[in-house]
Amino acid sequence: MDNNEIIRPENLVCAKPRLLNDNNMHYCPGCSHGVVHKLIAEVIEEMGIEHIAIGVAPVGCAVFAYNYIDIDWIEASHGRAPAVATAAKRLNPGKMVFTYQGDGDLAAIGTAETIHAANRGENIAIIFINNAIYGMTGGQMAPTTLEGMKTATTPYGRRVDLNGYPLKITELLAQLPGTCYVTRQSVHTPASVRKTKAAIRKAFENSMAQRGTSVVEIVSTCNSGWKMSPAKANEWMVENMFPAYPPGELKNE
Amino acid sequence: MEDIRLMKGNEAIAHAAVRYGVDGYFGYPITPQSEVLETLEELMPWETTGMVVLQAESEVAAINMVYGGAATGKAVMTSSSSPGVSLMQEGMSYIAAGELPALVVNVMRGGPGLGTIHPSQADYFQATKGGGHGDYHFIVLAPATVQEMADFVGLGFDLAFKYRTPAMILADGIVGQMMEKVVLPPARPRRTEAEIAEQCPWAVTGRPEWRKPNVMTTLELDSYKMEENNRRYQATYDLIRANEVRYKEYYTDDAEYIFVAFGSIARICLKAIEEAREKGIKVGLVRPVTLWPFPVDVISGLSRKVKGMMVVELNAGQMIEDVRMAVEGRVPVRHYGRLGGIVPNPQEVIEAFEAEFLK
Amino acid sequence: MAKAKGAVEVNAERCKGCNLCVIACPCSVLGLQPKEVNNRGYHFAYTVNPQACIGCAACATVCPDGCIAVYRLKAVSPSND
Repeated sequence: MDNNEIIRPENLVCAKPRLLNDNNMHYCPGCSHGVVHKLIAEVIEEMGIEHIAIGVAPVGCAVFAYNYIDIDWIEASHGRAPAVATAAKRLNPGKMVFTYQGDGDLAAIGTAETIHAANRGENIAIIFINNAIYGMTGGQMAPTTLEGMKTATTPYGRRVDLNGYPLKITELLAQLPGTCYVTRQSVHTPASVRKTKAAIRKAFENSMAQRGTSVVEIVSTCNSGWKMSPAKANEWMVENMFPAYPPGELKNE
Repeated sequence: MEDIRLMKGNEAIAHAAVRYGVDGYFGYPITPQSEVLETLEELMPWETTGMVVLQAESEVAAINMVYGGAATGKAVMTSSSSPGVSLMQEGMSYIAAGELPALVVNVMRGGPGLGTIHPSQADYFQATKGGGHGDYHFIVLAPATVQEMADFVGLGFDLAFKYRTPAMILADGIVGQMMEKVVLPPARPRRTEAEIAEQCPWAVTGRPEWRKPNVMTTLELDSYKMEENNRRYQATYDLIRANEVRYKEYYTDDAEYIFVAFGSIARICLKAIEEAREKGIKVGLVRPVTLWPFPVDVISGLSRKVKGMMVVELNAGQMIEDVRMAVEGRVPVRHYGRLGGIVPNPQEVIEAFEAEFLK
Repeated sequence: MAKAKGAVEVNAERCKGCNLCVIACPCSVLGLQPKEVNNRGYHFAYTVNPQACIGCAACATVCPDGCIAVYRLKAVSPSND
């Protein structure tokens, strides 16, 4: 059969979600952010909740998330997304409120807001992109940067005697009674993308059901910051990031 | 029948907030304003009006909660004292840039640094000149009585929503801590979701099918568009300057000299004036109620009639700069201030005045 | 010649040529344009071997930019039998 005969609306199985708009995303080719944006758009669309969805965008590469996913957004100052989301949700308990934050935003400048929002059990979902680097500002060390990993501010590799240890904040958050669901996923293979989508959906459902704080960490690549091709970055992530940040469910209550 | 109570200024803020129908308060304890949060927790308004009250983990978190809550169209506020308000400055800049109605209360204590818990007015510059980064203003209201503490909650929110710009109550520790009788404003319900949607079409509430996404952002990388944003902020400020200047005049009709003072020290000046007038010295008082917008015209007008002005403040000389700009060199403008949390008595004010102008 | 069970459409102008779809495809359907570029200068993905497509949507699933639409014939399982 000719391909043109297959390309008919009734045969469509997968396409760009409606809520992911036509703006070209500013992310570098192969960036994990794009995949996660697509998943968020898909999940909100499939749940039919755009009329009650409020996203809180971070400072960092995903600062422009609101330009790509056609829902209502609040752009927070650096690290404060969980505080912003706390108020948005408490004042509007019927809404589904989520934050989208990178490692610098969530685990460095915003550590206090992250931990306290989770400890209060705010009914929000936290989508945490961990690529172990500050992408937007040009590849500086993040709290999650691996030992020995070279960045713009650790040109000879991260030294724990100088820079401390990679921060496993997701493990830390899983300890808090306020969190109901803490998971670590990735988006480097079709199977991992599907698992991440299920995790995001669960987190959003938890926000709507007032079950407490959900944290979905997505171990991600920053191929530009890591100075690799997208494919090589995925391999490097599996080899180097996964031992420090192993994918899997940390908490599901 | 009027509902007259005896209470502290800080408590009046809390009571007025509940009665005004404020949707949320987010705060962090700091002396001398902790009674605001304490009173709200005691009143448990979440049981009655549905108001949210939350003790945040820091002033930084509190102000960002205000930003997040205000972005959803709700009437939200915070309160703090000087060091805490310093911590809030970044968030306040975002709130101004987002053109968000919100109320911040600063019950000032002495600084700089950790300073003192005693009263001060040393945050005048911070409050009226922007405080955080970028070209912006808060509407700044300066209460001198417990009654005004209560009244300015409603006034602050009314102005904030009218102009889509944040407001601040800049009180000093005396007004926050002293007890006076106060007539609390009548209680009214919080706005409904429909009323919020009507009043705040920009609010981030979740996107119904019929409209485009509402996005609350303060980021604009296109310089031309950012300049447009800035011009829009300035146009709002011009409108506020034209319409919302508030001040009180006392004994200015026949005055030969003018005191200019705000907040609690204005009341001490008034007492000093009464004593001075018994000695035949004709002094009047202008008490700016809005510190921003500053009552330029009344001071400018009086400077054409009087021999001199003395600005009395609990700081090293801050509002005097605005007074001098209004006076434009027509008459001498002198300053008298006490620092470190010390509040002068009327006699000291008269002596300072006499030393500057009558000797 | 293999009989196509599925088909993909690549939005060439949206594509950034990251190559992740090419790697994800189990049937070597996709490749990057060796010479041609889109308006933004990227060697975009295209179907090198359209007849091999089984409509599994692996390409679209990993695509970071939502450039790929996938079609699959009804009653045909996406296995490579």
